[in-house]
Amino acid sequence: MIIETAIKAIVVVSVVAGLAGFATFVERKVLAFMQRRLGPMNVGPHGILQLAADGIKLFTKEDIVPQNAIKPIFKIAPVIAPVAAFTAMAAIPFFPEFTVFGHTITPIVADINVALLFILGVASTSMYAPLLAGMSSSNKWALIGAARTVMAMLSFEVVAGFALLAPIMMVGSLSLIDINSFQSGGVSSWLIWSQPLAFLLFVIAGFAETNRTPFDLLEHEAEVISGYGTDYSGMRWGLFFIGEYANMITVAFLVSLIFLGGYNSFWIIPGGIMILIKVAAFIFLFLWVRAAWPHVRPDQMMWLCWKILMPLAVINMLVTGVVLLWGR
Amino acid sequence: MSLEQFSKRDVNSGYIFYEAEVKPQSSWGFFKRGVSRSLKGELFVGLWITLREMLKRGNTHTLSYPQEKLAIGPRYRAMHKLLRLQESGSERCIGCGLCEKICISKCIRMDTRVDENSRKEVTKYTINFGRCIFCGYCAEVCPELAIVHSGEYENVSEQRAHFGLKEDMLTPLDEFKAKKQQEFPGFGALSDNADSLVKKTPLAY
Repeated sequence: MIIETAIKAIVVVSVVAGLAGFATFVERKVLAFMQRRLGPMNVGPHGILQLAADGIKLFTKEDIVPQNAIKPIFKIAPVIAPVAAFTAMAAIPFFPEFTVFGHTITPIVADINVALLFILGVASTSMYAPLLAGMSSSNKWALIGAARTVMAMLSFEVVAGFALLAPIMMVGSLSLIDINSFQSGGVSSWLIWSQPLAFLLFVIAGFAETNRTPFDLLEHEAEVISGYGTDYSGMRWGLFFIGEYANMITVAFLVSLIFLGGYNSFWIIPGGIMILIKVAAFIFLFLWVRAAWPHVRPDQMMWLCWKILMPLAVINMLVTGVVLLWGR
Repeated sequence: MSLEQFSKRDVNSGYIFYEAEVKPQSSWGFFKRGVSRSLKGELFVGLWITLREMLKRGNTHTLSYPQEKLAIGPRYRAMHKLLRLQESGSERCIGCGLCEKICISKCIRMDTRVDENSRKEVTKYTINFGRCIFCGYCAEVCPELAIVHSGEYENVSEQRAHFGLKEDMLTPLDEFKAKKQQEFPGFGALSDNADSLVKKTPLAY
């Protein structure tokens, strides 16, 4: 049992880390095509080996620690980002159950009954990565970037939590497997139809928490150089990057599982393929939005979060509660 | 003259004023603006445009440079070339020194002598490309179309003196015999596809 869990954990970490690296290549290509460019072309056919080149570059780059930085914190901060992102994945059921050599495998590292709470909690600890990085690197830009990042993540944590409460009330369970089986009755039973507002709010909050473009206050190259990562180089910087892309994958899986019917099979498409299609489509949405939309200013983002999205989330929660009580 | 006359600009006729969005005065106005901004489909217009550009085939503007190169128009003033006469293959330069005289950055230097057939011969001809501003006066003033601008723009080298000597600029004899010397189409000549580049003057706005 322990061995099986360990194998699952290793598979999840290695596959997702690889996918996170591959996502950077896909992002560069998709953005390039959307901006009428070619993207990476020279390393391998159509630049597919750019990934390896980037990896070699990051690993062999000099690891610079600034003179006045608080060194132990500066060194440990980048590790928090991927660790938090991968730990959150422990409670995500990636695929339906399948049987290999008469051995039934549930592709989830730990089937805990409070999975959603666990994921939200662990994902919010990833906030410490930019916070500690920005505070320890003795750089004003890094500090401002860290403050903005934490501000954005904290605010949208509230929206994400409130938005998720409504579907949780409908399902009556925090386990993602229960939420998935709740939607097993075909497309019409997907929670997006009964909770469209919660879906929209959670997607917006997902963009903010993964720091993707309309809300990417952590980098905002035009204003704060490179945000909290200004002083980082080499693989330490790469760890932040892997964390960000792993978070993207987590959010894509969460949205697919909670609102879009998860890994239930559809028509003749088996469930495993189905969830992969949804996740890929959602990650494409992340890239697409980055190519199309401008950022918002920090004050606009706060305005949007606290004056529009949070009241909407509360109203959505109240209406759901009233309807559920009425239906009894 | 006082400052008033500067700040008072006559904008009575001919100007079209842009009617900017009026800032709402009441909180109900702010609410209405927020709702209309949130529900407008403008964000989806942006999404559609980027998707459309991605899905078009062969839509890229990128030139993969070392493999592909832009066609240089005849008006482009790149590195200088010294041409040979089409019939005999001897140098066109008659050593008149006009280019040396007109050069405004004083980067052309030539030495001449009268040879045994009592013809003027150019012994040295150098251009200091560190100083040359590629104004094109030398090519314009040359009575024999001897010094011209070529389309050669890849002028990276280890030495400042490269490209600027006579033997660098003069068409080599073997190249000339292979009929590879390209005739200069004349100063300010149009490119071959000039007709297709003509556009209507946008008078609509």
